[in-house]
This record gives sequence, structure tokens and C-alpha cells, in this order.
Amino acid sequence: MSNRLAKQGRLIDRSKQIVFTFNGRSMLGHPGDTLASALLANDQMLVGRSFKYHRPRGLVASGSEEPNALVGLGSDNRFEPNQRATTTELFEGLAAQSQNHWPSLEFDVGILNSKLFSRFLTAGFYYKMFIHPKPFWKHIYEPFIRQSAGLGRAPDKELKDADTYEHFYFFADVVVVGGGVAGLQAAKAAAASGAKVLVMEQNAHWGGRAPVDGGTIDGMTADAWVAKTLDELRAMENVTLRDRTMGAGVYDHGYLLGYERLTDHDPSKGGPRHRLWRIRTKQIVTACGAIERPLSFAGNDVPGVMLAAAMRDYVVNWGVTPGKRVVVATNNDDAYRTALILQKAGVEIACILDARRLGGGALAAEARAAGIRVEDGRAIAKVADGKRVSKVAICLQDGEGQSIEEIEADAVAMSGGWSPVVHLWSHCGGKLTWDETQAHFRPDPSRAPTSHDGKPFVVTAGASSGPLELAAVLSDAAQAGATAGEGAGFPAQNLAAVSVEDMPETAMEPVWLMPANADIQHRMKSWLDYQNDVKVSDVQLAAREGFESVEHTKRYTTLGMATDQGKLSNINGLAILADSLGSEIPQVGTTTFRPPYHPISMGAIGGEARGDVFQPLRKTPMYDWHDANGADWEPVGHWRRPFTYLQDGESVQDAVNREVKNTRENLGLLDASTLGKLVVKGPDAGKFLDMMYTNVMSNLKIGKCRYGLMCSENGFLVDDGVVARIDEDAWLCHTTTGGADRIHAHMEEWLQTEWWDMKVFVANLTEQYAQIAVVGPNARKVLEKLGGMDVSKEALPFMEWRDGEIGGFNARAYRISFSGELSYEIAVAASEGQAFWSALMEAGKEFGVMPYGTECLHILRAEKGFIMIGDETDGTVIPQDLNLHWALSKKKDDYLGKRAHTRSHMADPDRWKLVGLETVDGSVLPDGAYAVGNGVNGNGQKNTIGRVTSTYFSSNLNRGIAMGLVKNGPKRMGEVISFPGTDGKTYEAKIVDPVFYDKDGEKQNV
Amino acid sequence: MSNAVSVLNGASFDGLAEVKDAGLVGMITLRGDLSSKALAKAVLNVTDCTIPDVRKVAAVNGNTVAWMSPDELLIVTDYQNVDAMVAKLSSALAGEHALVVNVSDARSMLTLSGSGTREVLAKVAPVDFSAEQFQPGDFRRTRLAQVAGAFWLGEAEQMHIICFRSVGQYVFDLLKVAAHSDAVVGVYT
Repeated sequence: MSNRLAKQGRLIDRSKQIVFTFNGRSMLGHPGDTLASALLANDQMLVGRSFKYHRPRGLVASGSEEPNALVGLGSDNRFEPNQRATTTELFEGLAAQSQNHWPSLEFDVGILNSKLFSRFLTAGFYYKMFIHPKPFWKHIYEPFIRQSAGLGRAPDKELKDADTYEHFYFFADVVVVGGGVAGLQAAKAAAASGAKVLVMEQNAHWGGRAPVDGGTIDGMTADAWVAKTLDELRAMENVTLRDRTMGAGVYDHGYLLGYERLTDHDPSKGGPRHRLWRIRTKQIVTACGAIERPLSFAGNDVPGVMLAAAMRDYVVNWGVTPGKRVVVATNNDDAYRTALILQKAGVEIACILDARRLGGGALAAEARAAGIRVEDGRAIAKVADGKRVSKVAICLQDGEGQSIEEIEADAVAMSGGWSPVVHLWSHCGGKLTWDETQAHFRPDPSRAPTSHDGKPFVVTAGASSGPLELAAVLSDAAQAGATAGEGAGFPAQNLAAVSVEDMPETAMEPVWLMPANADIQHRMKSWLDYQNDVKVSDVQLAAREGFESVEHTKRYTTLGMATDQGKLSNINGLAILADSLGSEIPQVGTTTFRPPYHPISMGAIGGEARGDVFQPLRKTPMYDWHDANGADWEPVGHWRRPFTYLQDGESVQDAVNREVKNTRENLGLLDASTLGKLVVKGPDAGKFLDMMYTNVMSNLKIGKCRYGLMCSENGFLVDDGVVARIDEDAWLCHTTTGGADRIHAHMEEWLQTEWWDMKVFVANLTEQYAQIAVVGPNARKVLEKLGGMDVSKEALPFMEWRDGEIGGFNARAYRISFSGELSYEIAVAASEGQAFWSALMEAGKEFGVMPYGTECLHILRAEKGFIMIGDETDGTVIPQDLNLHWALSKKKDDYLGKRAHTRSHMADPDRWKLVGLETVDGSVLPDGAYAVGNGVNGNGQKNTIGRVTSTYFSSNLNRGIAMGLVKNGPKRMGEVISFPGTDGKTYEAKIVDPVFYDKDGEKQNV
Repeated sequence: MSNAVSVLNGASFDGLAEVKDAGLVGMITLRGDLSSKALAKAVLNVTDCTIPDVRKVAAVNGNTVAWMSPDELLIVTDYQNVDAMVAKLSSALAGEHALVVNVSDARSMLTLSGSGTREVLAKVAPVDFSAEQFQPGDFRRTRLAQVAGAFWLGEAEQMHIICFRSVGQYVFDLLKVAAHSDAVVGVYT
């Protein structure tokens, strides 16, 4: 059994206890525990079930490489699935649930899968099995797979995460990722050069593995050296140290993401839970250490089988032992440290199985001297199945797995050698080289990731570079820090070399399968990827089936595709693949390492963008008034505009109908502030506008307005609006609401990239003005009542503008109409917009004033047959389609879109053209409906001959009105065509003139 | 002008830093050739300021001139003073190719002050706010989380922040979140 030892535990505070629960059961731990160490202290070795076979699984590792111990943490609006027990710091009240089991962790029905079907659930099973018959996929296979596979459940979709998150931008010369002895030494070297240095450590504790592994640095224990070095670094102004902060990803040009966990260890703390550091740096030092590899033997997934170094971590750091009687299996000297440390802590070491025929060196001698049984050339044949290690069968490493002896044990420590953490080096293209001696891929410094200048911007330090022995780790780190400082443009400072005392190690020997010639029965029980249930036999099968590329094999077998991204399985898997292909490991290569190194929360990615600041809302100066007066809001880009204003008990449709009638009969006010207002000024402004618009703007007289169209260079209609000539060299161009920023950018692009010699300046004044449309037969009356400038027909004729004063407000009045009524658009300073609106509402009372929203605006314009960008246009429509030939200048040599209009498809007389549509029965056509003609197309669908672009109920005409694009439409006036709806009905509509109301335009011209 | 109201209407929030509506502020966009002597002379005569260097402001007698782009300046002055200043600049630049336009009402202006100022702004703007990099008189035209914004550091570590009027409330709320008293980063203090 696993339990808390009487002594040891450098990270825990034994004077205090913490109560937490696992699957509802109360357990005790100490401050400083991880959830993993606390579970072990409570003899909870079984922590979950495997993905495919639902096999019982226990803790394998002690850090972020842990594949098995994924739990659901918290509850309700703080519930989060798939959290690693090994990286979860224990806190009072922590509640964890194991995952992927039914009905319970102890008894799981899914285990039958493995007993009955495991020989079928091999590599590529899903691809082979779930193909035929086709209908089975949706109704049988998919529901079955979803039920039986999967990790944690998703949080309740109705609940909102209770926590907050934020981003933080930071700039440094050198960022060191990893706060072990290598990271600290590198930071010291880089900081000595004068560079601004940030050091990030993913754990709450500095120093990494060294304090566990032993050895002395400058005559001090590793712990003491770490403390001293931290003090030195803290005293330096140019160094920033952050713990609980992981380097998540390295991106182009020295961009780096850091993931800081602020309150995970103490949810009672206020403030953001996670902070995403968005860092720009000149140089990155990755000092991320190395990860121990498992050994592939039968039953290597039985709870109690653990990485050797993790096992001594639990003893030294947290004072817990995973077992009372332990078997150690290894191919290197390092695992002997585990045996020695465990024995010193009072744990019985049943045996050390050293797969190397000649065994180990000084550490092995020390183990033997300590009385530990050491067997060279021996291997584990099999660990007996179960929820806990009970028996270990021993065999020759060179054999096929015949058991020589069975040993009783309750835990197994395994070590297959170490692989440097190369992830961050690789994120931006750093290449690897195969190291024969250590049997691992390590960064190739001659093929580093390069920055904008072609020079390396990532350098590895310590075990991340390859060396595993303490002295080599520290000298490599000092060199890396100096290199980074120099790379960041600071004079190199060489640190005084540290003196290190450590046990020398003899060479490891690669062991990819244990025993080397294991038969199929053993290989089928030898796990490579614990989380995704991929075994040695699966990779071998994939190779036999022709999967030669490691990337293909990965996807076929799902090796390395789980949430741990193959931290443990990668090298072992590709070694098996290489062997099966009769190839060398370097020839097979690795899969691609992508950010993040370890999963980061979605909350951190979103940052502060939630609640009120989820997305910016653009508000006009009269927003609050609209909101207080019944506005039914409509999103228009980031703006919110009133769709209509609801009065007591009114439906939206009733409100719209009321506004439509009132505006035609009395007086309506529209907040038109969102329309774009671009001032275009300069000696070449007229010439420029003649290129931007399809019609002529240069000859517009000062004081006059003209409606204009804009096309893209491909001839498609992109925007429209009224242009006013302000003075000799300035025009004010109105754009659509959505076009304000887009057309501003469009103009700037042409001015900056094509016509840079034109003397023109553009400024976007959209938000400078509150613009109010005063519309209806009483429009002039209300303005005259407010008093000021002359707004009579004579003084301010249709399509002209004047500056003046209205009701004491400085105003610019445009006599323009998008409704067909007598209409003014009055622009005042935005800061005075609300006051002016209120003045109009007050003065308009006697004239029946009502505000109207965007839907009324649309109906009024549709009754007049005015087109709307985004309704009648969709990026494929040209002005000719909308019968706007009159706005296409024939006089001008050129304008944007002119040449495109001559292309054969654009000039095709069969293009669909704008017409009005009137349903035969007066009903409203469905928006976007297609008209069908005779015959069918190649896919057996009915041929289409047109579509509805705008459709409304007109309360003025008391019937549905619509506009649409119809093939040869203008030539087919009076013809009835049919529009099948998605509601099963077919709508019959007559092709008519698109102007439904006041065809002669008498009402606007009074 | 008694009818004019700023977007935030005097709102303020005190957390890691104090976020405050700066009220109505006069602003003029001036586009032209920043290397031209005529333009420099006009700006100097009207604002008392010289043409600022790239990413800097020049501030004299209550007027601030900010470098917006190679051919654009932003002049910040009293709200009441704008029309007169626009007229003066326009006449001083008559005959030059330049654009002078009042943008006071298109903007919202806030101040951020107190010891947490740099850290709070570093949560929403991708700018290096370390004391050696961002000093009084430094100016950036950048973004504030999801919207465009600009700011400069004035005297007494006070940051002057400009955004578009329509998103004034968003920027205020954003800075409120960033300045939450529990959200200390501890890098610049």
C-alpha cells in the first residue's frame, strides 16, 4: 500500500492538515501536497480508468507528464474536467472526482471491453469497423463510441465560470523558461550581462529535480544553492521571477506565451484565476529539464507501476511512498537513486532488475553495498493484472518472457532513460538530433529556431540540451545564459564555474521492449500511450499495414494524441515503429511539437473578455435615451441600433407598423449617427473621388449633395451614400453604417499604395456628429418651430445642405431623403446629440413626433424601391443588376470597377436584375427565397431564376412588398413566378416595378 | 455649449489605479507634411508646441501635440478653444496641402493615475510600460483590448487615454476590470 512516511517531505507542512474529498470520500493531506501526493498518502493508488479498455490506472508520474491521473475538479460553476492530480496543489475543501468509469471507479462495466474485445480494439479499429453499413454510423456506432469513450465530462452549458482571467503584456531581453538549477544558472549568466531577464517556473517551488536527486554545488546541497541563487537573482533590478507560471508556447519573432496560475492553489483568494503573459523577448532560454521514459513490459499500466524518478519525488518532496515493497526495473544508473532513497526512507527494495547485461556503475555498487539485491541482464516479464501491483514475474532481458521467478511487490519503479523536453525548442522550428549515447532526441544547436534576422532566438539549457549529469547541466546552463545575453545584444559575461560533486554514471542501454523478444501475448499488454490505450502491438500492426510515416502512425493508432501529447509515449512509440520498419530511429523521426506545452485554460485565452467587456458595444450619443424608451436592439456590426421602439404591450410588428404609418403621416425621428462620414480634402480630392465613385463627384457644386455608388476593382457594388461638397477642395462622403471603417480603409489603401502622388487627405468624422433624420410631412414645421436657419424649400432645396443654427444648436442640415418623405438630416456635435434629440422630441409633440427604428427605415426605403447595401447586394451584385446605369458615368475615362464591368460575365444580358415582387395574395415573401423555373440542373435540383433580396409587410400599402433579382426581370413585368418556401408552401409573386409608393417623388420634394 | 456632455459624464473608479473621465476635451486632427516648415510654424504659433518626435507628445501651456503617423498630428486643447484654434490653423495653413478638423466630439478621454497605472494599462495594451522604456512624453497609438486607442504619459505618472466616443463606456469598463484591486501583477511596483 501507499502511505505517508514518518519523515521526509521537504515541500509539506506537517503541522497543518487539509481536508479534501475524492469521489466524495473525505481524506487528509498537508499544505504543500499535490492532489497526487495526498491521494497516495491516503492509499488511493487507483485514480481513473483508461480511455478505450477502461483498465484501472494509477499515478505514473509526479509532474505535468502524468497521463493517468486526470480528475474533475470542483463543482457547479467552478467544475473543470481533465485536471492533472500531479499539477494540482492541494487546498482545503478540494473536491475531485475520477473520470471515465461507470458505474464506479472500483467496479467498471467497461472493463469487459478489454476482457472480451481487446483483441478487436486494435490500431485503426475505428477506421476498419465503423465504415459499413453506412446508416449504422449515425444511429449505432457514434452513440456507442460517445458513451463508452471519452475523458471528463464537459461543464454544464447553462453555468458560467465563476472565475475571472486576464492578459498581461510583458517585454524582456531574455526569458528563461524553467526554474530548476539549470534555469537559475542560465538566468544568472544572462542577467550578469545586463539584460532584462524574466524567469518562469511552472511549479510553486524553484529548483526542479536537483534537490531530490542529490549532489552538491559549490559545496552546498542543491536546496541551499537554489535558495542562495534565488536571493541573488531577487536582488537584481533587471530580473523578474514568476513561479506557478509555465512557458506555454514559443512563436515567431520572440513571441512567447506564459500561463500563470494565480488562485488554483487557493480558490478563496480574490482576483483573476489565470493570467496569460503575452511576452515579446529577444532571446528565450528553455531550461525545461528532461522527462523519464517508461519501460514497455507486460502490465506496465497496472496501478503501482511508476516512473522511478517520480517515485523518489513522492518520497523526498511529500514524504509518501507508493508501496512497501518495490521492484526497480531500469536500463540506466539513475534509477538506482530511487532504490537508495526509498531504502533510506524505510521502504523495502525487493530487487533491482538492470536490463544491461553488464549492469550499472558506482550507483549500482552503492546499492549492492546497501544490501539491495541487484540482477543484471534481467527484466520484468509481466506485472500481474489487477487494480494494484501484487506480483512481478522476472525474466531474461534477452529472452521472450519466460518467467524465471515471481516476486511479491506492491509497486514497481521503472526507468527507460531520459528524454530532454524539446517542445519549446521545437515550436518555432528548432530541429533535433539523435543522441546514440543517451538514446534520445536532443536539440541540434546548429539548427535553432531563427528570428527575423536569421539568427537563433531560442537556446536550450541543462537537461533540455541533452546532458543529464549535474556538472554538465550547470555548465551548459551557464553557457546558454551567456549566449542568450549576447544574442540579446549585451556583452557576454562568463560566470565563475561552479564546482559540482555527484555520482558518476555508466552508459545507459536503450531498451524499447522488455524483454527484447517479447511474444505477442506480452506485447499486447505493453502500453506505450497510457491515456489513449496504445500498446506495442498496435504500433507494430500499423507498421505491418504499411504505415511508414510517424505522423500517419500517430493518427492511425492515436499514439501521442491525448491531452499529455505523448510526453511519455513519443520516443518509445517511434522506437517500436523504427524497429518494426527495420529502420533507424533518426530516420523515422518525431511527430511535430505544437503549443501549448501543457493544456492551458480557455479562460486564460479569453482573458478579461467576458460579461460587460466580452465585446465592445458601440453606442451613439442617444443610446441611453433609446434604451429608456423601449428600444428593441439590433446589432449592426459592433453598434446597437433600435430595431423599433416598443410601447406598452405592443408586439415588435405592431410597433414597426405604427412607426411606418406615423412617419409617412406625421413626423419620425431616426438616429442616423452610425452612418459613416468621411471628409476628403485636398487639391486632388475631386479627381480621387471620381475614381472612387462610379459617377462624377468633382463637378458637384458647393452646398449640393449627390448620391453615389462605389465599386470594388472587380466591379461589384461595395457601398453607397450621399456626398456633399463642403468647399473648394473638400467633400464629405456618407457611407453605410457598416462601411464607415471599411471605406475609410479602402480610400487610405488606394491613396497610400496606388495613388500616393495624389494630394488628398481623408479623415473619419463618423463619431464627431450625432446625425438625426427628421422625416415626414411635419419635418419642416418642427425645425421652423425650433427656429434658426431658413429650412424652406427655396432656401434649402432637395439634395442641398447648409450650415446654421437650429434651436440654438450649431447644425449642418442636409435635405436628403431615404424614405421618400420630406426629410432633413441634421448633424450636431456628438456631445450635444442627446440635447438636440430631446429638443426635437419636445418641439415635435404637437406634430405627432415618434422615433423610428431600423426596420421602419428599411420598409420606408423598400416602399420607394431604394436599394440597401447588404440586402440587394451581397458581393456578387453590380450596379447594372440594380438598374443603376444612370449612376455609371460614361464621361469619365476610368473609375474603380469600370473595366471589370466590360468582362463578358458582367456584361451578360441574362444577369438577374432588380424588380419589385408582389405576392398574389398579399402575403409576405420569405426572405432569401429562390424562384424556380423550368427543368432541373445536373444535380437534379430545380433550376432557379431569381431570389428575394428584401421583403417586408408595408402597413401603408397593407400588403407584403418585396424586391428581388430575377433573370430578365425588367422584361417580364406582370409575370407571376413561384418561390417555394422552407415552410412547405409555395409563394406566387407578380413581377412589378420596384417603386411601390409615390412613384413620381412628389412627397419628398415639397 | 451648455448642452455638451462627455460620454462618461464624470465617471470614476478607484482600484489598482484611478480611472477617471477627463470630461470634454478639445481635439484637432491635423494632417499634412510634418517636415514642412510652414506646418511647423503654424503649429508653433497656434499651440506653442513644436512638432513631436515619432511616438512622442509635445506639451506647452495646456496644449498637447501628439505624433499620430508620419502625416498626422493630434492637437489636444480646451474644448472651448477648438473652433478658434481650427480657424487659426486653417488660415495659417491656407495654400498648404493640409487638413485641419475638429474631432473633439468623436472621442472619449480618460485618465489613469496612481501606482498601478503602468500595470493596469499593460493588461490591455501591447506596449512595454517599464519605466526605462515608457517615459513622460511618450505616446502610443495602439489598441486597448479589442478597440483602437492612444495614450501618453503626462506628469506625475498620469496616463491620458483617448478612444472613440462610441466605445468610451467599453474602455472605462475594461480599465475597471484591469484595475480590480485583487489583480495586482507586481512587476512595475
